[in-house]
Amino acid sequence: MSDANPTPLVRIEGVSKRFDGVLAVDDVTLEIMKGELFAILGGSGCGKTTLLRMLAGFEHPTAGRILIDGTDMTEVPPYERPVNLMFQSYALFPHMTVEQNVAYGLKKERVPEPQIRERVAEMLAMVKLGPLAGRKPDKLSGGEKQRVALARSLVKRPKLLLLDEPLAALDRKLREHTQFELANIQYQLGTTFVVVTHDQDEAMTLASRIAVMHAGKIAQVGTPGEVYEYPANRYVAGFVGNINLVEGRITGRSNGRLVLRSDTLDAELAVACDDPAGLDGEVCVAVRPEKITISREAPAGADRNVVKGVVRDLGYFGDQSLYRVRTKSGAVVQVSAQNLRRSAKLTVEWDDEVFLSWEVGSTILLRT
Amino acid sequence: MKAGRSPLALVSVVAFGYALLYVPIASVVIYSFNDSRLVTLWGGFSLRWYASLLDDQKLLEAALLSLRIAFLSATFATALGAIVALALHRLGRLRGRLLLSGMVTAPLVMPEIITGLSLLFLFISMANLIGWPMNRGATTITLAHVTFSMAYVVVVVRSRLAAMDESLEEAAMDLGGRPLAVFFDVTVPMLLPALVSGWLLSFTLSLDDLVISSFVSGPGATTLPMYIFSKVRLGVTPDINAITTIIIAMVALSVGIASFVTHRRRPDTAR
Amino acid sequence: MSDSGRGHDERSLRWLRRAVKLPYLWLLLFFLAPFLIILKISVAEPVVAQPPFTALLEWGANGFEGLRVTFLNYAFLFQDGYYGIIYLSSLKMAAIGTLLCLLLGYPMAYYIARQPPERRNLLLLAVILPFWISFLLRVYAWIGLLNNRGVINKLLLWTGLIDRPIQMLYNDFAVYLGIVYSYLPFMILPLYANLERLNLDLLDAAADLGARRWQAFVDVTLPLSVPGIIGGCLLVFIPAVGEFTIPALLGGADTLMIGRVLWDEFFTNRDWPVASAVSVVLLLLLIAPIMWFQRLQSREQEAGR
Repeated sequence: MSDANPTPLVRIEGVSKRFDGVLAVDDVTLEIMKGELFAILGGSGCGKTTLLRMLAGFEHPTAGRILIDGTDMTEVPPYERPVNLMFQSYALFPHMTVEQNVAYGLKKERVPEPQIRERVAEMLAMVKLGPLAGRKPDKLSGGEKQRVALARSLVKRPKLLLLDEPLAALDRKLREHTQFELANIQYQLGTTFVVVTHDQDEAMTLASRIAVMHAGKIAQVGTPGEVYEYPANRYVAGFVGNINLVEGRITGRSNGRLVLRSDTLDAELAVACDDPAGLDGEVCVAVRPEKITISREAPAGADRNVVKGVVRDLGYFGDQSLYRVRTKSGAVVQVSAQNLRRSAKLTVEWDDEVFLSWEVGSTILLRT
Repeated sequence: MKAGRSPLALVSVVAFGYALLYVPIASVVIYSFNDSRLVTLWGGFSLRWYASLLDDQKLLEAALLSLRIAFLSATFATALGAIVALALHRLGRLRGRLLLSGMVTAPLVMPEIITGLSLLFLFISMANLIGWPMNRGATTITLAHVTFSMAYVVVVVRSRLAAMDESLEEAAMDLGGRPLAVFFDVTVPMLLPALVSGWLLSFTLSLDDLVISSFVSGPGATTLPMYIFSKVRLGVTPDINAITTIIIAMVALSVGIASFVTHRRRPDTAR
Repeated sequence: MSDSGRGHDERSLRWLRRAVKLPYLWLLLFFLAPFLIILKISVAEPVVAQPPFTALLEWGANGFEGLRVTFLNYAFLFQDGYYGIIYLSSLKMAAIGTLLCLLLGYPMAYYIARQPPERRNLLLLAVILPFWISFLLRVYAWIGLLNNRGVINKLLLWTGLIDRPIQMLYNDFAVYLGIVYSYLPFMILPLYANLERLNLDLLDAAADLGARRWQAFVDVTLPLSVPGIIGGCLLVFIPAVGEFTIPALLGGADTLMIGRVLWDEFFTNRDWPVASAVSVVLLLLLIAPIMWFQRLQSREQEAGR
């Protein structure tokens, strides 16, 4: 992942898109920096594809502006933008060979023939498809087709490359391999990439910054770490990774902390909070399963939240184990623990009475 | 759909069906070489009926006329039909869409008698109102043929459009192709098989049309089917057997060539 | 601001919008207008003039005087039941012909759909090939086969199965044969398209749950193929009702089909208003099936959009 040059290449300002009364994109404002590998993450129907198509020029915003490299491109048609799109279905022209497919964009630019040949050969070499130049798309494997699509988009040296679910159609092995390749190519070329995906693993591993979208709006923008450890709201907390959400009643405040009483967990929880203004009564906190320690003995150490429960479910994965622990009041807490000690015997078993504990600092305060 | 071996009953019915389709064709071909006039008697192998075709001036004129009309009407029908198909497929909101869709579907099933009669009346009314067409003939036949052939072209092209990957055109635009370039670089090549089959279909329908031509034609314009019909109303005539065999041979040859060509160039259409 | 969901460039769509006006006008003129004219003539009186019917609008010395409309022609059609019988006969013959076509076409479509792909294409081609050969000539071909001294009778006589030639030509039987023969491809293609899409897993599931082969056919295949059946039947029935060529060449004097009657009415009697009335009534009879067919077509097409 490259060092992002902190100048925005793309400025999306208050963009909305309405289809027949349905608001697909709702007042989105976003900045994408030059040289970034940016991901837009969201479930189906969240508006990410519509946003992508507006960036590419296939849809016009109902409101707002899109600026690319300082120029207002809101109404500019796709064939006049310095933007290229790698389609989810690859959209390779079946009546042209690999070489002709890759050359198409350059032909439309009226690049002189010898230069076209050179650049195409260079690109095909970069994606390691040189020997397949004369083949037609129906004779290529899925991974090969994708590389052609990539080469075809990149050969024009666009300022911005948009990728629509680039890893969705690949099997697992290929997916991992392609992930690294994509990141490498992006780093080598320094092109700004925007990846649209519903797969959070894809977004987290590829991108230097992620925008989580939900119901047409941006729920949060941040680095993968920020989005994961400091989710801005309940939606992001629940969408990215696994999470335990708890409602509690505020029972006290003291030096940078809130104390709440959770009836479902049958425990008192503390959460760090510098600005308790506006918080009163019921509040929602969360904690990630991997931050929780599970043990049959009561935990030592201060400054931890402790919950008691009984192990209801256990999934052993070899390298880690996943537990679902039921409290007296019936709530279920997910815990994941690395199996750090080598032992065939389980340290914690079904129906064991266990203590769950985690650092106060690991508790996430969710205001919305 | 694929399954195991078919029961004997099924295979026999299918065999009967194919026999039904080809027995009359085979018999016509065989009797076209019959030296005797009568179907009942086999007089020996002879090519005399084929020779007599060349002497039949009226036949040759009719054939030429039919070919001209078929060629023209197929071309216009394909062009107009392709536009309608594209419009119905791509324009979400289209004024009068229902009417257009209806007008372009009805000819598929409309009895030819009705089409023929109504078109004749149209031409007469037009002649009375604006003075054209004063003489009915090749032109009016062509206009009529274009009208009903269009419907078939729309069906063929629309099904191809439905199966086509739309993102191909977007990809071309994304890569810098302006709409006109995209149309010729991507849309037309992708639609070509459908355009060709639409054209062939229209050509065949036009060449074969009896009823509509009979209604809208005028003195001096006799198409091949009209000529054949007038001879055939009275019974079997051996030279008609010869014509039929020639047409069969041409069709078989064209189909053979077409299959050969498509088999060699493996179909590279997007699935 | 943008139009179709797929976001085709606004400019090219605008061009398409303009371009489609041409075929639209063409169809309005050459397809729709003729029907209106037929309607108009059907309510006119026959006169000895050119054209041989009265005008719709009466123009007198003071301008527009009125509408000259008569329903005599329609009355004539129904006064002695003659036409009524012919219409019914046409509907009946088309229906029986369609049914026979279905009975033959369904097994053929079914069989073809079950073959491996290469064979399938070949078999389909064999079904379509006759269609490319002139319809007229193929109907004509049956004349030689069916007549009393034709090949089939000769064969039957020779094998001793019969001792006198069977009248197979110039009667209703020949017309049914002609309908089945000529329209078979139109029945097979929609059926095939439907059957080919059938998911074989469904039949396996039925078998797994205890159904025998024929039961699975009746319970699964048949119901799922109903759209194909309807499509094929409409595609055959509707044009068959108005068929002219087949009854003209293969039918007898007592084969009553409206297509032939209309032709005679027009070319021999020269009674245009009655001929128009005959057409209008025929069209009215067929309106329901035609609209059904159009609904089916548009559903098929919209589904693929």
